[in-house]
Amino acid sequence: MTEPLSILALNHYLLLSAVLFVIGFIGFLTRRNLIIMFLCTELMFQAAAIAMIAFGAYHGNVQGQVFLIFILTVAAAEAALALALVVMLFRRRPSLDAEKWSELKG
Amino acid sequence: MLNTLAANFDLARLSLAPETTAIEIGAWAGWIPLFPLLAAMACGWMALRSGRPAARWPALLCIAGLALAFLVSVSLAITVGHGNAQVTIFEWIRFERLRADFAFFVDPLTSIMLLVVTGIGTLVAIYASEYMRGDQGYARFFAFVSLFIVAMTTLVLADNLILMYLGWEGVGLCSYLLIGFYYEKPAAVAAAKKAFIVNRIGDLGFALGICLAYLQFGSVEFAAIFEQVEALRTSGAEIPTAIEAIPFLLMLGAFGKSAQLPLYVWLPDAMEGPTPVSALIHAATMVTAGVYLIARALPLFLISEYALPTVAWVGCLTAIFSATIGMAQYDIKRIFAYSTVSQLGYMFMGLGVLSSVGATFHLFTHAFFKAALFLGCGAVMHGFAGQLDLRRLSGLSRVHGWQVVTGSMLVACLALAGFPLTSGFFSKDMILAEAFVTDGPGYRAIGWIGLFTAGLTAYYTFRVFFRVFLGPVHYAPGEEQHGGHGDHFHPHAPGPAINVVLIVLGLGAIFAGWAAVGGGHHGWFGSMIHHSTAAYEAPAGAAHGGFFSNPHQWMMLASSVVGLLGIGAAAYLHLYNRAAAERLRRSILPVARLAENKWCVDEGYDLLIRRPLRFIGHVCYALGDTLIINGLVALGGAVPRLIGAAVRPMQSGRLQGYGLGMAGGLATIIIIVWVML
Repeated sequence: MTEPLSILALNHYLLLSAVLFVIGFIGFLTRRNLIIMFLCTELMFQAAAIAMIAFGAYHGNVQGQVFLIFILTVAAAEAALALALVVMLFRRRPSLDAEKWSELKG
Repeated sequence: MLNTLAANFDLARLSLAPETTAIEIGAWAGWIPLFPLLAAMACGWMALRSGRPAARWPALLCIAGLALAFLVSVSLAITVGHGNAQVTIFEWIRFERLRADFAFFVDPLTSIMLLVVTGIGTLVAIYASEYMRGDQGYARFFAFVSLFIVAMTTLVLADNLILMYLGWEGVGLCSYLLIGFYYEKPAAVAAAKKAFIVNRIGDLGFALGICLAYLQFGSVEFAAIFEQVEALRTSGAEIPTAIEAIPFLLMLGAFGKSAQLPLYVWLPDAMEGPTPVSALIHAATMVTAGVYLIARALPLFLISEYALPTVAWVGCLTAIFSATIGMAQYDIKRIFAYSTVSQLGYMFMGLGVLSSVGATFHLFTHAFFKAALFLGCGAVMHGFAGQLDLRRLSGLSRVHGWQVVTGSMLVACLALAGFPLTSGFFSKDMILAEAFVTDGPGYRAIGWIGLFTAGLTAYYTFRVFFRVFLGPVHYAPGEEQHGGHGDHFHPHAPGPAINVVLIVLGLGAIFAGWAAVGGGHHGWFGSMIHHSTAAYEAPAGAAHGGFFSNPHQWMMLASSVVGLLGIGAAAYLHLYNRAAAERLRRSILPVARLAENKWCVDEGYDLLIRRPLRFIGHVCYALGDTLIINGLVALGGAVPRLIGAAVRPMQSGRLQGYGLGMAGGLATIIIIVWVML
């Protein structure tokens, strides 16, 4: 186990995480393409994961890394599912525009 | 612990001990409702099984069941004699102090009622085996008739008010089922409903009377109640109002069942049922249940000084009121229905003036002659395709095959008119004479009204007889013609079963009166009643001496004269000079119209009771149902709908929108937490 992170280094990691998250969030809100939107959510996911390892390193334990492995596993499964859904949607209506799937509006 | 249990057990056995001795005599009584019950179940099974008119099995089973019940009744009447017996068939209701067993009480009054019910029942079943032949509901009919006898014998035998009420409602149910027997006919269905609903009013009174009797006496058993009533009467203490109310409530039930003012309106309509039913239920037996109730509970009615005078006056007014309606009707069955109401009025009059012998004796003789009259009407109806209008029937005595009907109708009419030495003569005189002897509010007036009504009775009875059976021969068939006859209508004369029954009833109509003539006070019949719980007589006034000062003697003369006057008037107007009757009617047309229209009582009830009730119903429906209840329910639905309408625009269907909303929500929560901390 290496030396625990200093508070300054932690801040840098958290800044990286926040930037990644915001990029993902803005991407999710501004883009219409379903695949891009999905990738943006993945970006937010990774931002959260970075924050978690950073805290793990700061506190000097491995729980953050354990969680990272979990998150990566779940994210892989979820990515497969989400992409399958996108394929299904594309088969029904040959477009990836999210605007076209708004039939559930009130 | 074991010791106390054993002691309790012994105690229980001891308390049962007195009953076991009575079972020796009364054990027979249990068979009386059982035989008809078996017949009812067998007939009911046949009715359910086969839709088509079955063979004669239902009739045979019914006749066998009723005849066996009659034989048991005869043997019971002989063994019980002037004594009485009590038998518990099984324990029925035991609740706190309430003890209502399925138990029978037999005394001479019960015996006489049983003989009438099962005897007339058997005769009517024999008659109906021919009358109802070919009817779709042959088995159903006999199932209902047997069931009626079960209920009626239970009513008569009951040793407590609750079991009596069971029988009371049972006969009401059978009456309803049999009035509505031809359920395809709207009039029959309406009449059945009317009978049931009008009886409900009376039965409510009866039920309340039972409740009050239980609350006041702590028991519903006749023996226990009578004991307390006697104690109360002899103690001379002031009688609580709650107890004085009991006879009035019971009276209401009796007036409903026995078709007295103001609840008589169902009985004339009940003639929609098959004629044997009219004879059995709506003339001879069921409608006398009210009279029986008062006779059975007579000690209870003596407790209030106003109870019996009320009974007497209601009976008296009913007698004259319905007699006037009967005078103006054209449907012969309806005339006899009004006559039944009128004669029941006489019975109540008899009870009211404390002539329980007269009342029950009139019940007894009335059963014979009124059954004969109705069954005679039924024979006419059967032979002339449902024709009952006395203007369209004439001279039947000279049509081939109608002599037996004519003969039995003649003697039954004579009995109803109170012709000297026929059965109705003795029983009616007994009641009227007692009205002149007994002291009571306006009892003399009751006597005079009763005497006048006897004249009216003689008139309307012989109006039917002279119109239908004498005079020139002409007749028109009714509406129930079985197709294919065309213009050539041939009435078909009654067969042997109908004729035999009419002969037996005709003989009864003449000779039943002699049951109360002979040794002792009012002969055999009188001695029977004097040994029953109805054995109460008014303290005889000083009036029993000399011819004209003794009503029992001059009443015979007076009523004979009145009866003969009525018959004479009928003979002049409806036999020798029918044109005069028409002229007479036209000269008093408004009155005649009103009487033909039954004094517009039905219309009056419609206006005074049904319309207001329906109006209240409509108001309740509009205010309570539509406005309040429906409003509340609608409000319950409107609230979520409004919330939905407010929230719905948020569901834009855009993923980005949802994302923004989520982020906004999250941000808000974070800010709130931030500020709070």
